[in-house]
Amino acid sequence: MNDNKTLYTITIFSENTVGVLNQITTIFTRRQLNIETLSVSPSAIEGIHKFTITTFTNDEEVMKKLVRLIDKRVDILKAYYNTDEDLVHQELALYKLSTEKVMEHGSIEYFVRKYNVRILEVSVDCVVFLKAGHFDETQGLFEELSSTIGVLQFVRSGRIAITKSKVERLSDMLAKREEQKSLLLATQQI
Amino acid sequence: MERDKQTQPVITPTANKETLSGSEILIRALVAEGVDTVFGYPGGAIMPVFDALYDHKERIKHILVRHEQGAVHAAQGYARVSEKVGVALVTSGPGATNAITGITDAMMDSTPMVVISGQVVSSLLGTDAFQEADVIGVTQPITKWVYQVRRAEDIAWAVSRAFHIAASGRPGPVVLDIAKDAQVNSCDFSYERTTFLRSYQPIPDPEEDKIQMAAEVINSAKKPFALVGQGVILGNAEEELIAFLEKGGIPFGSTILGLSAVPTDHPLNMGMLGMHGNVSPNIKTNECDVLIAIGMRFDDRVTGDLKTYAKQAKVIHFDIDPAELDKNVKTTVKVVGDAKQTLPLVTKQMEQRAHPEWLAEFDTYYQKEYDHIIKKELYPESGEIKMGEVVHKVTEATNNEAICVTDVGQHQMMSTRYFKYTKSRSMVTSGGLGTMGFGLPAGIGAKYGAPDREVCIFVGDGGLQMTMHEFGTIMDYGVNVKIILLNNNFLGMVRQWQELFFDERYSETQMKNPDFIKVADAYGIKGKKVTKREELDDAIKEMLDHDGSYLLEVVVETKGMVYPMVPAGGSISNIMLGNGYSL
Repeated sequence: MNDNKTLYTITIFSENTVGVLNQITTIFTRRQLNIETLSVSPSAIEGIHKFTITTFTNDEEVMKKLVRLIDKRVDILKAYYNTDEDLVHQELALYKLSTEKVMEHGSIEYFVRKYNVRILEVSVDCVVFLKAGHFDETQGLFEELSSTIGVLQFVRSGRIAITKSKVERLSDMLAKREEQKSLLLATQQI
Repeated sequence: MERDKQTQPVITPTANKETLSGSEILIRALVAEGVDTVFGYPGGAIMPVFDALYDHKERIKHILVRHEQGAVHAAQGYARVSEKVGVALVTSGPGATNAITGITDAMMDSTPMVVISGQVVSSLLGTDAFQEADVIGVTQPITKWVYQVRRAEDIAWAVSRAFHIAASGRPGPVVLDIAKDAQVNSCDFSYERTTFLRSYQPIPDPEEDKIQMAAEVINSAKKPFALVGQGVILGNAEEELIAFLEKGGIPFGSTILGLSAVPTDHPLNMGMLGMHGNVSPNIKTNECDVLIAIGMRFDDRVTGDLKTYAKQAKVIHFDIDPAELDKNVKTTVKVVGDAKQTLPLVTKQMEQRAHPEWLAEFDTYYQKEYDHIIKKELYPESGEIKMGEVVHKVTEATNNEAICVTDVGQHQMMSTRYFKYTKSRSMVTSGGLGTMGFGLPAGIGAKYGAPDREVCIFVGDGGLQMTMHEFGTIMDYGVNVKIILLNNNFLGMVRQWQELFFDERYSETQMKNPDFIKVADAYGIKGKKVTKREELDDAIKEMLDHDGSYLLEVVVETKGMVYPMVPAGGSISNIMLGNGYSL
C-alpha cells in the first residue's frame, strides 16, 4: 500500500493547551493523510509539548503544505518534517509470552542475544520482553516469536526521534520570539 | 487590521483590582477592546451575560437578531465595512450550532470576529446536559482559535487573546465558549490587552532578498499583470497598492473580495477575476509575463484548471499567511508579510514604467465583452428586466458611493460585476463559502458598521427566504437598509447550471414565492414591486429617498444567464460569452 511512498516524521512543538491534538489531526484528515504513528510527551522545555507523528506520502510538497498548515495554528510553536536519513529514531515494543510455552521452547538466550531483548517480567503465567529499535527490528522479533513460541499480547509505541543536525530549531525560535517581544514592548512604551 | 484604530476603551486597564462576576468581567473586557455593538440572541447558558449587559446599555449596543445565523452574519458585515472586530453573542447548544455557518464563512473570508457562546455549567460538561454541544470540537477546524473558559478567572485573559488573534495578521473568527459557572462566579478583575503570543507571529518578517527579487522581476516585465485580493483591504494598504500599480504601470484584476480596494474607474482597473469575472483579466492572466498576486489565495473560482493557469508567467505572491504561498500555484518569488509594509518596499526599488500597448490589448477584450454581454445586460431596450440593468441603475443612483451587500447566486455575480466603487470596503459578499442567506443579516451589520453610508443589499428570492426572519431585526431597530430583491422565481444559478450542464432538467429549482411586499409590510418595511422597465428609475429613486428601510422587488427575466462564464474546472482562457458566442 505504501509502495513508492516515503515515510516522513513530523515534529511539532505546542503550547500545553487543551485540544491541540484535535487541531493537528484535523489537518491530517483534511489533507487525506493517515497517521502511522503518534507520540506525545512534555518536551525538555516546561509547558511545551512535543508531538512526533509519522505518515506516508509520495509527494514532498504535501509535507511542506501540511507543516505550514500546522505551524499556522495559534497554539503551535513550531512544526517541521524530516525523512529517516535526518533522524535518530526509535520505537519500543512489548511482547507477552506464555511462561509454559517459553519453557517448552527451551532457551530464551537466543532471543536475548539476537534481538538484544530485555526481560521485564517473569511470572508463573507470563514472560514479558522489551525490545527497542526501528520498526523492522521490532517487527522481526514479533514474527519470529509468533512462529516459535507464540505471542499473547504485543504492543508497539509511536516513533520518537531527534534530528542529527546541529541546529536546535525550537530554542532558536523561542530566543528569536523573546527578542521580538522585547522589541515590541519597547515600541509600545514609546 | 489595526486594532488600535478601534474606539479607545472607555474603561482603561485597571491597576486596582475589583471583584466582579465573570459576566461583568466579560462586558468590561469587551468595552476595553473597543466593542460598542454586539449582535446576539439570549438563552439559558448565556443569561448571566445578558443580565450584565442590561447594566451597560449605554456602552454596548446589543442588536437582538431573529436567529443566531443572523447574529454571526451581521457581525461579519459589521467587521467587513468598519475595520473593527465583529462580535456575536449566543447561547450554548443550538445557539452555538446555529452560528456555525457564519463562523465558517468568516474563516473562509478572513473576517475578524469573536463569537461568544454560553456553555453548560462546567461540572456538567461531557454529560449530554441540556443544550450542551461540543462547541470546541465542532468549531476547532473552522476557526482561527477557540477556547473554552471554565473559570471566571480566565475570562479577561481569554477575551484579550481572542481579540488579538481575531484582528491581527490574517484575521479570522475566534470562538470563546464560556461555561455558565464561569459567568456567575466572581474573581478579581484587571485587564491587559494582548499584543504578543510566543506561539503566534501574526505578521511574518519581510525578507529583504525577496523584496529585491520581486522588484527585479517586475522591472524586467513587459506584460505585468496584478491580482488584487482582500488582503489589501484587510491590511489597509489601498494607497500603497495604487502607488505600486501606478509606478509599474501594472493593470490588475480583483478577486470578488478584493473589489473596491481600488475605485472602479481607475485606468489600470480591468475588472473582476474568475468564473463570472471580466474577460480581459482572465485572458491576460494566461498571457502576461509576470503575474503579481497581492493578498489573494488563488481560489479555484479564480484559477479554474490549475494545469493551464498562468503557466507562461513568473508568479510573485504577496501574502501575510505563509500557508497560502505555493498552496495552489507555484510561485517564483514569495513575499511574505503585511502588504502595507512590503508593497512600498518593492515600489521603492521599481522603475517608473508604462505599458501602453499591453494595456491596449485589454481594451480589445473589453470591447468584445461590452458588445456581446455588458451592453445587452445593462441597456436592454425590450424584453423582461435584466438583473444587470437594475444593479447598474442602483449604483448610478447612489453616485457609486454606496456599500453593496449581496447574497449568493446569479444576483451576486451581477452585483459584483456591475456595482461600482469609489471607496474601499464597499463590497460585502460571501466569497469563499458562498453562503445563501448571508445578504440580509450582513447588510444589517454593515449598516451598524458604517451608519453614515448607504447600504444596498442585493438578494435573490432563494437567499432572501433563508434569513428573511431578519426583517424582524430591521423592524425592531429601524435599520435603514435598502433591499433590492432580484426575483426570477428560480434558484437562478443552479438553474443556469442545469440549463448548461444538466440538459435543462430543472430539478427542484423553480420556486413558488410568497408576496414579498406583503411580508415586508407585515414587518413595517416599505416596499414596491416593479415589473416594468419604465417604472424602474422612479422606484429606485423612491427607495433611496425613503428615510428608512425599503424593499424593492424587481421581477427579472426568469431564465437569465450570467455571462461570461468559465465552466468549473476549465481553463480560464475558455470563456463562454453566451448566445453561442465564445472567444
